[in-house]
Amino acid sequence: MITGNFITDASLLILFLPLLAFLINIFFGKRLPRQGDWVSVGAILITLVLSLSLFIGMLSGWNYKFSHEVYFSWIDLGAFKIDLGFWVDNITIVMLLVVSLISSMTHIFSLEYMKGDIRYNRYYAYLGLFTFSMNGIVLANNLMSLYIFWELVGVSSYLLIGHWFEKHSAADASKKAFLTNRVGDIGFFIGIMIIFTAIGSFNFQQLFDGVSNELISGSLLTLAGLGLFMGAVGKSSQFPLHIWLPDAMEGPTPVSALMHAATMVAAGVYLTVRLFPLFTVEALTIIAYVGGFTAIFAATIAITQNDIKKVLAYSTVSQLGYMILAVGVGNYVAGFFHLLTHAMFKACLFYGSGSVIHAMHHSLHEMHDHDTDPQDMRNMGGFKTKMPITSSTMTIATLAIAGVPLFSGFLSKDAILAGTLSYVQHHPEHWILALFGFGAAAITAFYMFRLIFMTFYGEPRMPKVFDGIHESPKVMTYPLVTLASLSFFIFYTLPYFNPFKDYGWFTKLIKASNSAVPGNPTAKEIHDGVHHAHDAAMMLSLLVAALGIGLSFLMYYKKSLSAETWARRTGFLYNLSLNKYYFDENYNRFLYQPFLRLSRAVAYIDWDLYDKYFINGFGYVAKILSKITGRLDFEGLDQTLVDGIGRSAHGAGKNLKTMQTGKLQNYMLFALIGVIIILVIQVT
Amino acid sequence: METLSNYLLISSILFSLGLFGVVTRRNGVAVLMGVELILNAANLNFLAFARFGGMNMSGQVYALFVIVLAAAEAAVALAIIINIFNNFNTINIDDVSELKQ
Repeated sequence: MITGNFITDASLLILFLPLLAFLINIFFGKRLPRQGDWVSVGAILITLVLSLSLFIGMLSGWNYKFSHEVYFSWIDLGAFKIDLGFWVDNITIVMLLVVSLISSMTHIFSLEYMKGDIRYNRYYAYLGLFTFSMNGIVLANNLMSLYIFWELVGVSSYLLIGHWFEKHSAADASKKAFLTNRVGDIGFFIGIMIIFTAIGSFNFQQLFDGVSNELISGSLLTLAGLGLFMGAVGKSSQFPLHIWLPDAMEGPTPVSALMHAATMVAAGVYLTVRLFPLFTVEALTIIAYVGGFTAIFAATIAITQNDIKKVLAYSTVSQLGYMILAVGVGNYVAGFFHLLTHAMFKACLFYGSGSVIHAMHHSLHEMHDHDTDPQDMRNMGGFKTKMPITSSTMTIATLAIAGVPLFSGFLSKDAILAGTLSYVQHHPEHWILALFGFGAAAITAFYMFRLIFMTFYGEPRMPKVFDGIHESPKVMTYPLVTLASLSFFIFYTLPYFNPFKDYGWFTKLIKASNSAVPGNPTAKEIHDGVHHAHDAAMMLSLLVAALGIGLSFLMYYKKSLSAETWARRTGFLYNLSLNKYYFDENYNRFLYQPFLRLSRAVAYIDWDLYDKYFINGFGYVAKILSKITGRLDFEGLDQTLVDGIGRSAHGAGKNLKTMQTGKLQNYMLFALIGVIIILVIQVT
Repeated sequence: METLSNYLLISSILFSLGLFGVVTRRNGVAVLMGVELILNAANLNFLAFARFGGMNMSGQVYALFVIVLAAAEAAVALAIIINIFNNFNTINIDDVSELKQ
C-alpha cells in the first residue's frame, strides 16, 4: 500500500490512525455528530484488526527469530546521525495487540461510561493521542524516538488524569503524575546520553553490538543501565516514585484501566524488557530489589485501603513490581508474560470497578445523595445479585491475579516466582527476594478477595443505595466479558493444553536473548535454572495463594475472624498501611517543603534583591538619561536649530515684504540704486 | 566748445532731470513727460556720437527710431493712464498700489 511491505504498512497505520483520530477530534470533534466518538472508535478498531492480523501472521510464521526493522534518516550531520524507524519482532507484535485491544475496549466502554461528559470529544481525542504515543514506544527501534513517545505518553496521561480539572484533587493528581515522572525521566535521559556518548548510536541493535564489543563496560554501563531503569521506575511507578499512580485514579475509570493498569505503566517494564541485554549484573541486582520491594510494599498498603480504585491502584504497583523483579532476576520473558496476562485481568478489574462505581453513582444520583463516596467499599456489599455479569467477570479476574490454577495469572506469576527462586538458589545472599515474591503473592490473594467479598458478598451496608443498583449496559459488560475470558489459561498455552505450565505459543515464540554484557549469565543458564526451580515454586505459590484466599474468606466472608480486632491488635502496622507508610507526608516534609523554602529564598534574591535593586536601578538610570537626552533633543535641537531655520525664514519674509510697497516709483528707485551700485563697483 | 563731453554732459543732465521726474512726480502724465526727457537724452547721445564718435549715419537713424518709439510709447502710456483714471478715478500713481504684497 504505502511501502509495499505488509508489516511496515500495518505498523505505520497502527501508529498513525489513532493520531489522525486525535487530530480530527481535537479540531472538529464538537461539530461532528455524536461529538466524533465514532471516528476514534473506528480508528482504534481498524488498529485492532491490523494488530490482530500481525499477530495471526506471527502465529502462522512460527518463527521465534522473526525480526523486521525499517528506518529512515532523520538527522544526518556526519558524525551525529539519528535514524528513526520501527523494530517489529514478536515482543512488539504481542505488545501492539495488548495496546490496541485494551485501547479499543476502553473506547467502547467509555461510550456509556463517559456519556454526557462536558468534554466528551476531548476525552476521545486524548485517548487517540495516548494510543498513538504508546504504539510509538512499542514500535521504536531506537532510544531517541522511544524517549519522544515516552514523553508523549506522559503528556496524554497528564491530560487524561486531569480530565475533570474542575476538581482540585484531579488537577493536583495530574500535576503530581507529570512531575514525578519527570524525576524518573531525568535519569532516563542521563542514561541515554551516557550510552550515546559511549557507543554513538541510539539504535537498539547497535547498542547491543556496542555493549558486547565492550565499547562501554563496568561501572559506567551499570550507571547507564540504572539511568535507563530510572525512567522505568517513574513510568511504572516503582518505589520510591510510586506515589503518583494511586493519585492518578482521579482520572476517569476507563482511563485508569487503559493507562494506569494495562499499558502505559507497563511501558517501563517494556523498556527494561527491550533493553535487558544492556543491564549488568550489578544493575540487575538493584532492579530486582526495587521490583521485589515494590511488590510487597504496595501489596501491604492495598490491604487496608477502602477505596475500590485505590486497592486496584496499589495492586497495579505491586504487580508491576513483580514484572520488574522478573527482569531483575534475569527471567525477563516471564516479566513480559506477566505484563500480557496482567493487562487483561487488571483491565477487567478496572472496568469492573468502573461498572460498580457507575452503578453506585447512578443510584446515589437518584437519591440526590452527593455526600456518599461511590468508590468506598464500605458503602457496598451484596452486589452479586444485582450485577451478575460484573460480579462474575471480576471474580474471574481476581482468581487470575491471585494465581489460582486454570487462570492466566497462575502461569505468569508462577514463571516469575520460579525465576526468583532459581536466582535465590544461585545467590543465597539474596534470599529476601524470594520472601518478597512469595509474600506479595499471598498478600495479593488476600486483598483481592477482600475487595470481592466486600463489594459483591455479604449484607448490603447501605440498603437504600443497594436498591438503586443496576447492572451496567451492554457496551460496558462486553469488554468485561471479553477480558475476563482472556484471563483463562487456554489463550496463553495454545496449541497445548497444560494448565500448570506456561508452555505454549508464548514461550515458543518469545525466547529470551542472551545478555550483551560479557560475563552475564546466558539465557540458557537462566532457563535451565528456572526449569529446575519450577516445581518447587509452583507448590509454594499455590500454598501462599491458598493461604491468602483462605484468610480473606475467614475474615470477610465467614467473618469468623474479625477484621476490626486484627486491625486493633496490629494498630501500629495497620495505621502505617492505612496511611501508605506516610510517604506523601514525609515527601512533603523532607522534600517539597525544604525545596519550597529554597525556592522562596531564591525568589527573594531574584525578586527583592536582584530585580528590585539591580534591574530597577538600571531602569531608573535609563529614565534619567532619557530625560536629559529628551531635553537636549527637544529644547536644544528641535526648538533651536530646526525651528530656528523656520523662524528666521519667517522673520526675513516679514521684514522683506515691506519692500513690496506696490508703488512703481519705489521699484524704479531700487533699480536705479542697483544700477548706481553696479556702476560704482565697475568704475572702482 | 563743440566737444563730445559737452554734449554728453548736457544729455546726462537731461537724463538726470528726466529720471528725477519719473521717480518723484506723483502725476502719471508728469511721469510720462520724464520718460520723454530720458528718451530725448538718449537721442542727444546718439546724435553726439554720430557727430563726434564713429557711429555716423546709423546714430541719426537710431534717433529717428527713438522718436517713432517715443510717439508710440506716448500713445500707449496715455491710453493706460486714461484706463487708470477710469478705474481709480485718479491719475496719482501712488494711489494705484494694488500690487502691494
